[in-house]
Amino acid sequence: MIPLLQVEGLSKFYGHHLGCADVNFTLWPGEVMGIVGESGSGKSTLLNCLAGHMAPDTGRVMFDTRDLGPRDTLAMSEPERRWLARTDWAFVHQNPRDGLRMNVSAGGNVGDRLMAVGARHYGDIRAQASDWLGRVEIDAGRIDERPRAFSGGMQQRLQIARNLVTGPRLVFMDEPTGGLDVSVQARLLDLLRGLVQRLGLSAVIVTHDLAVVRLLADRLMVMKDGHVVEEGLTDQVLDDPQHAYTQLLVSSVLQV
Amino acid sequence: MTEYNFAYLDEATKRMLRRAILKAVAIPGYQVPFSSREMPMPYGWGTGGVQVTAACLVPEDTLKVIDQGADDTTNAVSIRKFFARVAHVATTEATAEASVIQTRHRIPERPLTDGQILVFQVPIPEPLRFLEPRETETRTMHALEDYGLMQVRLYEDIARHGEIARAYAYPVRVEGRYIMDPSPIPKFDNPKLDNSPALQLFGAGRESRIYALPPHTRVESLDFEDYPFTASKAAGQRCAICGAEDSYLDEVITDDAGGRMFVCSDTDYCATRVAAQAEDAA
Amino acid sequence: MIEISGVGKRFVLHNQGGVVLPVMEGATLSVWPGECVALVGASGAGKSTLMRMIWGNYRCDQGSIRVAGVELCGAEPRDVIALRRDRLGYVSQFLRVIPRVPTLRVVAEPLLAQGMAEPEALERARALLARLNIPRRLWSLSPTTFSGGEQQRVNIARGFILDWPVMLLDEPTASLDAANRAVVLDLIAEAKARGAAILGIFHDADARAAVCDREVDVTGFTPARDLSA
Repeated sequence: MIPLLQVEGLSKFYGHHLGCADVNFTLWPGEVMGIVGESGSGKSTLLNCLAGHMAPDTGRVMFDTRDLGPRDTLAMSEPERRWLARTDWAFVHQNPRDGLRMNVSAGGNVGDRLMAVGARHYGDIRAQASDWLGRVEIDAGRIDERPRAFSGGMQQRLQIARNLVTGPRLVFMDEPTGGLDVSVQARLLDLLRGLVQRLGLSAVIVTHDLAVVRLLADRLMVMKDGHVVEEGLTDQVLDDPQHAYTQLLVSSVLQV
Repeated sequence: MTEYNFAYLDEATKRMLRRAILKAVAIPGYQVPFSSREMPMPYGWGTGGVQVTAACLVPEDTLKVIDQGADDTTNAVSIRKFFARVAHVATTEATAEASVIQTRHRIPERPLTDGQILVFQVPIPEPLRFLEPRETETRTMHALEDYGLMQVRLYEDIARHGEIARAYAYPVRVEGRYIMDPSPIPKFDNPKLDNSPALQLFGAGRESRIYALPPHTRVESLDFEDYPFTASKAAGQRCAICGAEDSYLDEVITDDAGGRMFVCSDTDYCATRVAAQAEDAA
Repeated sequence: MIEISGVGKRFVLHNQGGVVLPVMEGATLSVWPGECVALVGASGAGKSTLMRMIWGNYRCDQGSIRVAGVELCGAEPRDVIALRRDRLGYVSQFLRVIPRVPTLRVVAEPLLAQGMAEPEALERARALLARLNIPRRLWSLSPTTFSGGEQQRVNIARGFILDWPVMLLDEPTASLDAANRAVVLDLIAEAKARGAAILGIFHDADARAAVCDREVDVTGFTPARDLSA
């Protein structure tokens, strides 16, 4: 088996300030990896470097492309990277406003990626959009409504549908449950877990919520001050943390 | 100095414009920036078209100018007179006789021929402008052929109105590559853009952009497989003057009681037909 | 199927002045297919710690833990994930689930993770829930709202839904009434009969006597604790 994503020596500096330093990991098909750490730990920087939103200063990000096998996405041309970003990759933003076109209907939002890769049959696009609204538990009758008519949880589910419609193999998620009420979070987590499992997706999820990673992630990476301080099986890192920072993080979680 | 330089602009400016035009011809549908000059008319009155026409004209040319298809409207008359004065070229209202035709918002009904140049006046050259306001981003989108957004726009039209609701400035794809704004011509004229034997040039003065369709360029109007493009016009109407059923018609209000009639927007086409009918009758 | 030799573990509490707590030393045992082995020893002797090291959520510092052919000491996460998906089952004392998911799905999940078609997986889950006397009206509800005994039975159903070759049972009969306890003991006996290797912790001496073939006292693996060190 070939790793889906192989990251080697990835570093990013903002001037003299460190974003993230010397990150290495291998993600296998079907694996879900969580990245936890406090604000400013470099987890979002890392995610943006992986997803091609930001150019790291050093390192390689090898992705196993469908046609040509493993390729360094950082060395790709911009058109290739954009193509990847709307086919095999997906990016779920914390704020659905960043990931949706707010002045386009729900159906148009889901159909966007299909049309971007060449779909030109209105009926087919609409049928697929309708199917995906159903899968993320949005009433298909609301296909022509704009996202601002939706609640926060619905907007987030719409963003997920929009991202998954082209059958990506790797999903990047930045605090996907961040701005939601706890009850809505649970529903979204269940949905994400079901989709990841059913579609055999691999995912990299950045969050500061340890409960979220315990439920969603197979593996966990803990970041502090731009460095990866600990990584391993999720429940091993959470139940038997080795690094001082991870121990502090785990013991700081409020129990309900 | 009593005379203007031939066709008003100085030779260096015309050379700059011709370079831009050559580049535009070499990359059909691509918007070439150029250094737009002040012209003796306000922006919005065809300064882009006038500069392109000035760069194309030679003394042997015969010029026709139309505005909304008509040779006798203010804008058409003043531009025609302008070039008659500053270039001493012959002018005409007959499409068949013209070597250069400057137009605002129409393509003549009579099929253009090999060797003719059609110059369009363009207000907004960027077809993606209202979808993405940032010029840096629209240029990137063109460069990367990232055109999904345009299709989303058409999708939204169908979802809301049951059809693609654009009646004019209907976007086209040039040679399967660049998406282009054909200027505010009615979509009825879009098929005439495709595989035309004439050279079609587009000038946007305020926006400083020139683009072109060389002769016999493939030009497709954007659509969906199940909602194909149709070049519609006023349904079931014919011209009240010449009786044409195949031309683009203007609706004219004739009195205060709601009386109206439809007449050809292309005045030369209409007049030619009327003349032919008179000849037949005689 | 489970082979443990020379296993040691210590906790280092960085946030409490770097205190080092050795909790296990020289642990050695093996469990063969078709047998059920009970871990015994006083509370705090390390029964649960050893179970967790075999499950993989506690890291093994020394020695070797081989489960169904996989070496867990220093294993890659994906090897442990594959082991848990295909060969190693675990009935813990705690039920950890996403709040909204219905009981039926919680129980069927290990089957679905292996790729079984949904109708068949749900059918099996229904049968097992019925056998464990979980009222049908609760199946569509999330188990987070259930009583302790009900949650425990959901946990057991989830653990026994698949014919794992290796199973870890942490107090499977705790907080159960006599009838349900009997069902669980039957399930364990059936698992043994099909050749599963089972390692468990049973405080309930009768249950232990009923299903376990032998006992291993973990007191022998407990290092002398010197907290002043």
